[in-house]
Amino acid sequence: MKNIDSIGHVTGRSLYLDDLPTIQGTLFGVVFDSPKAHGKIKSADYSKAEDFPGVVRILTSKDIPGENQIGGIIPDEPLFADGEVHFMGQPIAFILADTETIAYKAKKLIEMEIEELPVITDPREARAKDQLIFPPRTFQVGDPESVFDSCDYVIEGEADNEGQEHLYIETQGAYSVPMENGHVRISSSTQGPTAVQRTAARVLGVPMHKVEVDVIRLGGGFGGKEDQATPWGVMTALAAQLTKRPVKLAMHRMDDMRMTGKRHPYRSDFKIGLSKDLKILAYEATFHQNAGAAADLSPAVMERTLFHATNSYFIPNVKATAYSCRTNLPPNTAFRGFGGPQGMFVIESAIAKAAEEIGVKPREIQKANLLNDGDEMPYGQIMDQCLAKNSWDSLESSFDIKKLEAEVEAFNSENSDFKKGIAIQPICFGISFTNTMMNNARALVHVYSDGSVGVSTGAVEMGQGVNTKMVQVAADAFSIDPSRVKLETTNTTRVANTSPSAASATSDLNGKALQIACNKILDRLKEVAVKKLGVDASTIELKDEKVISAGTESDLDWKSLIQEAFVSRVSLTENGHYSTPIIHFDKSKEKGHPFAYHVYGAAILTVTIDCIRGRYDFDSVKLVHDFGKSMNLPVDHGQIEGGLVQGIGWMTMEELLYDKEGKLMSNALSTYKIPDIYSVPKEIAIKHLETEGHEAAIQKSKAVGEPPLMYGLGAYFAIQNAVKAFNPDYQLKFHAPFTPEKVLMGLYEKVGEVVPD
Amino acid sequence: MVEFILNNETIQTDKPNGYLLLDLIRYDKCLTGTKIGCREGDCGACTILIGEWVNGRMNYSSATSCLTPIGNVHGKHVVTIEGLNMDQLSPVQQSMIDESGTQCGFCTVGFVVSLSGYCLENATPTYKGAIASIDGNICRCTGYKSIERAASNIAASLEKKEIDSPIEWLVSNNFIPSYFTGIGDRLQKIASTPTLNGHQVVGGGTDLYVQRPEEMVELAVGSISSDPSLRFISVEDETCTIGGGTTVADLSESKELKSTFPQLNDYIKLVSSSPIRNISTIAGNFVNASPIGDFTAFFLALDAQIHLAVNNKARSVYLKDFYKGYKELDKTGQEIISKISFQLPTKDSCFNFEKISKREHLDIASVNSAATIRALGGEILEAHISAGGVAPIPKYLAETGAFLKGRELSVKTIRSAAEVIQSEISPISDARGSEDYKRLALRQLFFAHFIKLFPDQIALESLTI
Repeated sequence: MKNIDSIGHVTGRSLYLDDLPTIQGTLFGVVFDSPKAHGKIKSADYSKAEDFPGVVRILTSKDIPGENQIGGIIPDEPLFADGEVHFMGQPIAFILADTETIAYKAKKLIEMEIEELPVITDPREARAKDQLIFPPRTFQVGDPESVFDSCDYVIEGEADNEGQEHLYIETQGAYSVPMENGHVRISSSTQGPTAVQRTAARVLGVPMHKVEVDVIRLGGGFGGKEDQATPWGVMTALAAQLTKRPVKLAMHRMDDMRMTGKRHPYRSDFKIGLSKDLKILAYEATFHQNAGAAADLSPAVMERTLFHATNSYFIPNVKATAYSCRTNLPPNTAFRGFGGPQGMFVIESAIAKAAEEIGVKPREIQKANLLNDGDEMPYGQIMDQCLAKNSWDSLESSFDIKKLEAEVEAFNSENSDFKKGIAIQPICFGISFTNTMMNNARALVHVYSDGSVGVSTGAVEMGQGVNTKMVQVAADAFSIDPSRVKLETTNTTRVANTSPSAASATSDLNGKALQIACNKILDRLKEVAVKKLGVDASTIELKDEKVISAGTESDLDWKSLIQEAFVSRVSLTENGHYSTPIIHFDKSKEKGHPFAYHVYGAAILTVTIDCIRGRYDFDSVKLVHDFGKSMNLPVDHGQIEGGLVQGIGWMTMEELLYDKEGKLMSNALSTYKIPDIYSVPKEIAIKHLETEGHEAAIQKSKAVGEPPLMYGLGAYFAIQNAVKAFNPDYQLKFHAPFTPEKVLMGLYEKVGEVVPD
Repeated sequence: MVEFILNNETIQTDKPNGYLLLDLIRYDKCLTGTKIGCREGDCGACTILIGEWVNGRMNYSSATSCLTPIGNVHGKHVVTIEGLNMDQLSPVQQSMIDESGTQCGFCTVGFVVSLSGYCLENATPTYKGAIASIDGNICRCTGYKSIERAASNIAASLEKKEIDSPIEWLVSNNFIPSYFTGIGDRLQKIASTPTLNGHQVVGGGTDLYVQRPEEMVELAVGSISSDPSLRFISVEDETCTIGGGTTVADLSESKELKSTFPQLNDYIKLVSSSPIRNISTIAGNFVNASPIGDFTAFFLALDAQIHLAVNNKARSVYLKDFYKGYKELDKTGQEIISKISFQLPTKDSCFNFEKISKREHLDIASVNSAATIRALGGEILEAHISAGGVAPIPKYLAETGAFLKGRELSVKTIRSAAEVIQSEISPISDARGSEDYKRLALRQLFFAHFIKLFPDQIALESLTI
């Protein structure tokens, strides 16, 4: 089934936040944000801005009736800076004017004196200065320290990655309308409507039932609107409450890029010990997460780094420690993969370095250590229905890795101006929120008396196709045509206390809740049919809009059955609640069974670099992916191709640059480059791993949002191999992204020459 | 008064002609299909089509409405997605759905409009051409593979298109609504007088509206594009003259230039994107004075002259003498570039343009360079070398050129010249690369000129040992 929004999308009729009709009297908001990364606000003079014609009001921390607090996990982040600023772009005030242009003009008239304090942008420096967001955590199994001595090879090194800007093409925004009795209705471009509602209630000092949050769809989220859509929703709600007028904020791109957090940069150390037969016996990793100025989602992101520190490999002795380091950057946040990719980059770097020193191919080490059923992960979960080896074997048999390698070698020996590189990237990604309490969802189903169906869930549609999958779930449950099912907006008054659409788990959680709701209605409908037809309950089923009794089609069809139920005063509305069974995790021991299941796969990436200019092109990515039993191939393929390309982008051209003063240098699309149509791999071949799927996945169709991003990690190693093929003097480095600059510098690096990375 | 046709509606507005087309479409006309992604021409979410009545027929091309002042569409036809929608989906829209080329949908309209613009072109449809038409559209969900498949289907569906008069064919095959056939006649009724006077003269607007949008939208601007006489390319007595209103796209379509520079379209493909090239002018690239302007580097190596005009007074200056310092020009505020001229390369000369950027396409250069080299019998008779991104101004490498002149065309000469280059440039570290990188990159591009132009004599290996 095609994405249910397709027609709206290609005709431009789909509505996004900034497309909502403007209500008369609407005020437009512009955020005044800190021009310094760290300092004390000595004085602030808003009078000239307030006097500017068309300016209605300027809000600051003083105007907040409730708490000046938006921190979700740790209450350490004010909505508006009060007294001190901790990152460049931190909101200080909210200018409300008759037009956006006026608000921008007024912004320039605000006078502020800030006494500058020392700025930290590097997480290692932050750790050295004891600037931690919360205490470090360690996941351990066995005792690597005592095992290194008995290893045949022990390799140590550093592996760093930079951040990644989400660059959802629709920028952040919100539109709040004051309703009667102090209620406010927020239209928000958020992945987490409940977070917006809860935080708005806290800031406004009202109960949550006075705040309604509604989401139609997002023009991309990728994690960037999980927690960080909240401040804008809250600001407009606060402004609407105080001015009694509708207030809209649709951010300009540079404001968005400057004020919002990104994927976390990490600085990491590794030590890996192997036996002669390439078994990894011990692994130690220390992660320094650059959290930015406040916690945001960093604790959860850091946790997932630890969960995925060993990727697809079984290692009997592991010690992984992570520090969440406070710096003067915007609070970094969720981004597809959520800390997992950062952890996986380090183990892959360790393997690449070990392979170089031992004199084998990285794939030999990768293959020798793949997870099996019964293996224990450092966090205590015993692997079950493990498909790491199946994925690898399928990759080998489907795409003939050795032949591809031979082709690369032949090309390299025949060409002097171009070189190819190849790398293999296995993945293993745990599905569930690692915070067990978040693994639940609800759905509300109305069957209307004409047989049409309205479905509300806690899921937010942001291009991942969740609404399409929800239509499928409802249509399949009732065995009716999907055109009868309408997906309603995501609204906190219809489905409450939701978890954000994140962790790849949205379809599983909301889909299962929806199944439960539909099945409850279905049971009642069957009772109606039994009564009407006077047959045995066990023989009744609904199929293709018909009531089947003992294998024979009856006179009752869907519409007449619904009509019958309606006149019989049977409830055609139902709520479903689902919470993932089995999962648990004990943080005091750092052990448990946090994931409902894992998603597996493996990819081969091939790149060609231009050795004159340092440019590169990806020839192909061939991959085997564990979809389970995909319930929607076009949607799932879109997720694979999209995630992969985003991952390649992060590893190659997407270079997030801050200067020493904490100022974002790559602050627009002209300086922060994401893949365009010419920079995607020429070929992406996707092969399905044949499996039965997993019971915990919706219709046995496994979660697909985040895992494919991590195939992109291989891009780094493929490029590095190509550089090495041209320049034997080149020394391996692990500092993503591998920009064209690093390629060119690497191609012409000389022995003994220290090249800063 | 600015007057144009927006989809099927004639618009007359008293807004300043510097007002942005995007804002007029979305906020004044409530046509919200056109999206805002960046407001600097780098994402394509706001792509629209602009149709002009030229030589007895309608010519349509894509443009980014976020950088287009309404003054630049006076007397023209502006098409948004709403003006393309029909009762049934067009083959372009249907292909995007069939191939699942839409995920979050926010960029989708831009792709549909660009591809519809491709259908309207007077060119033989090809897959490559269809892809080129969407080189300015960014999809962050990165459904590019599906979009590639859709583009391929669209190109195939145009196989029987009548290239010389596509509109009738497209209407009868349900690609575009029928009102398109009457647009030409309606446009001819809109009176048009050049308005070159204003607080600020605007070419395509593709730089000014990135740098000073708040100011520009409130101005009455002088519109270069309102004067068709400034838009021409002519060749006479081995001299090529290009009008001050000539766009980059005009350059790429010029038969004379394509025969003089066989790789012209490969060079141009490295510069910006289709919707920007369709509106941006060569002269604008010069006046913007970016040290990294691609066409500045291009024309510096051709030793071009520019002709400046104000109130019937005219003078000319060599492009290499035009730049006095960072964004400082040998030009008064009122002067405009009326034309650009250069000598066509002779038979024994050859030309090459090179560019390195973080992303190969739709990006600003980290370093660029162009070279014209006249060589005979193994001797370099004359060399004009330029470089961008390595100095406060677009750099004409005079010393390097002088060094090369009269020397043997050899590895030794080139390597020594590369040393001269290093003494002529002063790159700085910034978001586009470190100083060391830019120095290395320019050396490599300088080598690339010779490797490409003299492949039998010069190889990478010998140069970089």
